[in-house]
Amino acid sequence: MEEIKHYEPFEVDQHLTANSRYYAGRMGSRFYVALRDQQKILGAKCPKCNKVLWPPRSTCHVCFSELTETVEIGPLGTVETFTVVTYNEPVQPRKAPFVYAVIRLDGADTGMAHFLDEVDLDEVHIGMRVRPVFARDRKANILDIQYFKPL
Amino acid sequence: MKRNVAIIGGGQTYHAARRHDVDQAEMVNEAVRRALDDAGMTIDEIDTIFLGNMEFFEGVHMTDCWLVHGTGAYGKPGLKITTGGTVGATTVCVGAHHIASGLFDKALCIGFEKQEEGDTGAILSGVAHPLWGRSLAGAAVGYFATMGSSYMATWGATEEHSAMVAVKARQNARKNPYAHLKLDITIEDALNSRMLSYPIRMLDMCPASNGACAMVLADEKTAKKRCKKPVWIRAMDTAHNEQFELDWRFVDTKRPIFSKVCAARMYKKLGVKKPAEYFDVFEVYEPATWAELIWYEDLGLCGPGEGFRLVEKGMTNIDGPIPVNPSGGVLSTNCIGASAMLRVWEAALQIRGDAGGHQAPKDVRRALTTGYGGTNWTVMTALSKTLDD
Repeated sequence: MEEIKHYEPFEVDQHLTANSRYYAGRMGSRFYVALRDQQKILGAKCPKCNKVLWPPRSTCHVCFSELTETVEIGPLGTVETFTVVTYNEPVQPRKAPFVYAVIRLDGADTGMAHFLDEVDLDEVHIGMRVRPVFARDRKANILDIQYFKPL
Repeated sequence: MKRNVAIIGGGQTYHAARRHDVDQAEMVNEAVRRALDDAGMTIDEIDTIFLGNMEFFEGVHMTDCWLVHGTGAYGKPGLKITTGGTVGATTVCVGAHHIASGLFDKALCIGFEKQEEGDTGAILSGVAHPLWGRSLAGAAVGYFATMGSSYMATWGATEEHSAMVAVKARQNARKNPYAHLKLDITIEDALNSRMLSYPIRMLDMCPASNGACAMVLADEKTAKKRCKKPVWIRAMDTAHNEQFELDWRFVDTKRPIFSKVCAARMYKKLGVKKPAEYFDVFEVYEPATWAELIWYEDLGLCGPGEGFRLVEKGMTNIDGPIPVNPSGGVLSTNCIGASAMLRVWEAALQIRGDAGGHQAPKDVRRALTTGYGGTNWTVMTALSKTLDD
């Protein structure tokens, strides 16, 4: 390194807090209300592509069709891939160890990333069949599905 | 392209975990001065300046405004680019487009990150979708871990193969004075490093680096007049997936995912049939070991499921027939805003024959570089030694 240091580097600590408020939109609102009130998981159907997409959205990202139809997906699904998180850092949603999996719900053409609990860490595998456990106190957010667990 | 565009100079900082000796503008300025020196140009001769970094990584918006004294953009036209991990390559792409269009003749492109200054983990979780992902997502490790799980289960690769990539990167980095992690490690070291998120171990991941890279691009007339060894940008392409099409992690997906689509389009433009033979060197964006193996396959350097065989046979070593990341890659240096630009700059150095200790021992006439952004977005750049290549 050619950088020559003839001084004591001066450090300034700062902290910034920023709050946000998001609106779930036409399809997202239907999803969250159905999840909270009926424990139903909805996807959006694209009639042109004949695909069911999760998360539900108002436009098909492939063919750009406007979507209005929701269909119930799951509640059972299949682990498509996973990881066992064994390190801790402040931004993680949980303390390690925990399993984070991509789950394809029956009837959906895209995966949902979620936690997989009540499972032996050595037993987790791609192709594992799982079902959701819904939170008792549901607040219309994605953690209304508290986690998935093996059948 | 409407007009030919060449890289006529470039430079980078020494990349490191700590740069307490400089502020952001001073660090950026180190790369800018090296690039101008290399191009034999003064800042007055530069027509326009493009600056890129990972949005808000240092907790600062409008870095193009605050870093004017570092970049040299005072009174000049230009743009700030923020496309996540790909930003360095996108910035080169934007510079090249502006020259190809005829709007400008000489552009300075800069990518930087001073990761030590911001809460990068928290800001990265801000990349996750606020409604569908943020309450579940951590930082970047998990994405590559799920990719690795799928790769092993589908193709029968083992952790030893990812360890081979980890070792190759750090041993190449030892030949590159600018690299951050110059580690003299063995496969055993990699396999014994701490498990972070199965199957990703500590040595399977990139570091958080501070550093910058800058490049001077010019039109054909300027390049031929001013530069002894111009490196030509022959083709660029960009492709996106949709955030929730998680298929990029399923290595046997039949869907047209971003990396394969982008490579196919690029090869068609250039008439490339056998990319492993057509290009002499590759610089790919591999924040994790598994990503490099998947790039081999997505770029068509081998068939599906054969990527781990390439590294096993040493094919992608610096002295192998298909050198991949002789610089040590992202696994050895990840100053995010500069990382994708470093791929392009390192490939240009290889073509110029100026890579020094990490120069691939072969006639390098063509090179291909890739970037990752949000991991389902890529920018690819093809470079050549002459306009006939």
